[in-house]
Amino acid sequence: MIGVGVRGQAVAGWVFVAPALTLILVFFFVPVTAGLVLSLSDFDIYAIASPATARFVGLRNFAAVLSDPVFWTALRNTMFFVLVGGPLTVAVSLAAALLVNSRLARAPAFFRSLYFVPVVTTLVAMAVVWRYLYHPRYGLLNHVLGLVGLGPVDWLGDPHLAMPAIVLLSVWKKFGYNMLILLAGLRTIPEELYEAATLDGAGWWASFRHVTLPNLAPTFLFVCVMTMIEQFQLFAEPYVMTQGGPLKSTTSVVLLMYEEGFRWWRMGHAAAIAFVLFVIMLGATIVQLKLQKERAT
Amino acid sequence: MMRWGGGLALAAALLGLAGCGAAAGDGVTLRFWAMGREGEVVQELVRDFERENPGVRVRVQQIPWSAAHEKLLTAFVGDATPDIAQMGNTWMAEFAALGALEPLGPWLARSSVADTSYFAGIWDTNLIDGQLLGVPWYVDTRVIFYRRDLFARAGYDRMPDTWDRWREALVAVKRRAGSSGYALFLPPNEYEPLLVFGLGAGSTFLGDGGTRGAFSEPPFRRAFDFYAGLYRDSLSPPLRNNEIANIYQEFARGYFAAYITGPWNLGEFASRLPDSLQNSWATAPMPGPDGPATGASLAGGASLVVFRGSRHKEEAWRLVEFLSRPDQQLRFYRLTGDLPARREAWRDTALTGDPRIRAFGEQLTRTVSTPKVPEWELIANRLRDYAERVVRGGEPADSTLAELDRDVSRLLEKRRWLLARARPGAAR
Repeated sequence: MIGVGVRGQAVAGWVFVAPALTLILVFFFVPVTAGLVLSLSDFDIYAIASPATARFVGLRNFAAVLSDPVFWTALRNTMFFVLVGGPLTVAVSLAAALLVNSRLARAPAFFRSLYFVPVVTTLVAMAVVWRYLYHPRYGLLNHVLGLVGLGPVDWLGDPHLAMPAIVLLSVWKKFGYNMLILLAGLRTIPEELYEAATLDGAGWWASFRHVTLPNLAPTFLFVCVMTMIEQFQLFAEPYVMTQGGPLKSTTSVVLLMYEEGFRWWRMGHAAAIAFVLFVIMLGATIVQLKLQKERAT
Repeated sequence: MMRWGGGLALAAALLGLAGCGAAAGDGVTLRFWAMGREGEVVQELVRDFERENPGVRVRVQQIPWSAAHEKLLTAFVGDATPDIAQMGNTWMAEFAALGALEPLGPWLARSSVADTSYFAGIWDTNLIDGQLLGVPWYVDTRVIFYRRDLFARAGYDRMPDTWDRWREALVAVKRRAGSSGYALFLPPNEYEPLLVFGLGAGSTFLGDGGTRGAFSEPPFRRAFDFYAGLYRDSLSPPLRNNEIANIYQEFARGYFAAYITGPWNLGEFASRLPDSLQNSWATAPMPGPDGPATGASLAGGASLVVFRGSRHKEEAWRLVEFLSRPDQQLRFYRLTGDLPARREAWRDTALTGDPRIRAFGEQLTRTVSTPKVPEWELIANRLRDYAERVVRGGEPADSTLAELDRDVSRLLEKRRWLLARARPGAAR
């Protein structure tokens, strides 16, 4: 294949990536650009009736978002969900992956599927069931608490408990997916390494610490970054479970954006919230990648 | 270009012909969107309409209240609005701004429906900038639900009808209840009671044609001071309704003796309060700051609207007329408990025979519309947040209401700009 020049190869390369690039262009760059334009305008209910009434307002939407106390409440709630819910999800996933991968596990395929079921179940159907579990009077959780003599707890009605209740639901819903990815990572670790470790006298913890974790690092990093990004986008759980209440204690940034955009039709304001969230998520991802790199070197 | 235009015109003409043919004979299907319980029940009513109007079929789509507003808006944006819909009358201004609704004035002129058969305050909510955009279907307002026995024990056999004497009654009830009970439950996360007081004091909430906040002006200030005083003097607990496990239980226990709420609670109180209490609760119209005539309340409820994009307006209007008939209004009341908008229906003994409903009937003659601007619901939500900062956070009323006015005026900036632009010669 000496006849094919570098140029020809380059063209072929472009042809191959063209479909993917087109998709990214149409479904990512165009909407993002449109969103950016929206965030600099005062597009609202009046502009839906007559687009000519939309005006360019510069950075005023951003100033309004950053000076809105509700935005900071939503950001605090979201950060709670990221910083508590995220690590919890990853930890539970890792534990489940180790259990299923363990040589002692019976019927690993069965448990693998079982743990994955919540991931594929639709959230709305699940939310109905969980609302029953959390019900202050008829809920299973309170029934169990009652058996050990603890009083009924209003899980979704108490501003201090509503967010932890949402975290619990979300961990249950999401850990199966991460578990599968971590499981794939665990399978790539050569068995010889464990044998060598055992010969060196390493116990379970030592081989986990010095063989499993370092070899799992790339997969683990991927899982952490993906989970964090997903946690930042918290929306469906509070939307179906609590509608952001009580006392805005479960209002997330994305839910706030949705309300501004589709309840009050303040599209410019909503787009500005989206961009602020984007910058925060970008920053958090960069920090996480940096930390990981530092540890690797 | 020409050929395309001609083709389109031809197609449109054919469609028009098809439409006419359908209207006269068989196969008009009206799409009717109704919400929640009403959407369920109205299916029964429209069967009779179909019998009376052969060739017209009504397809009722039931939409949950929580999704209704979004669904109507997205339907408008997506050009998929139904022919006729039930619409909360506080949404009317918004859909008017969109130009989504058919003005009903011309239809009304040659029809059996007349504005004089409706409660004036309720009818007014359907007039946006002088244009009639809906016909009231059922009405909703707030009155006082109270424990007759507890008020009687405190020396009040009847609910007073002025603010001053009502306050005295509340003080007397509170004195008897001691530290473990309250006279009134006024959850600060509901903005409606505060609006009711504001309407009583004659506040319009917004000033200058709905272009800026008027919450720090004397009428609203008077209402707000009365409202805040109820918490300050411990006549009402500063608890939200989700901080009280079960309001019916607490009402039965006597934790509070009165509650300002709407007609849906007539049924709830009747079914949830213990039998022993069924003779001890009553309803009363809102007292007024300057005598009973000023005891205004909210003009709530839902209207029937016809969409501008509908191709069957004739049939849609006929359905509006049908559902507005006093006999249908009564039937609807029996099925849902929703209070009829049509005054003729109020002559029926089903409504006049029950003193608890009579209080609503009396209140309905004194209802006032809240500002008819698209931003109103957002503003009312802001009002609630700011009012809560005063009654729960202990912030001073003066500066908080001034801040609210500034905030509201910011929200209305677009509206001011639009009005200035529309005024000829002003936007220079």
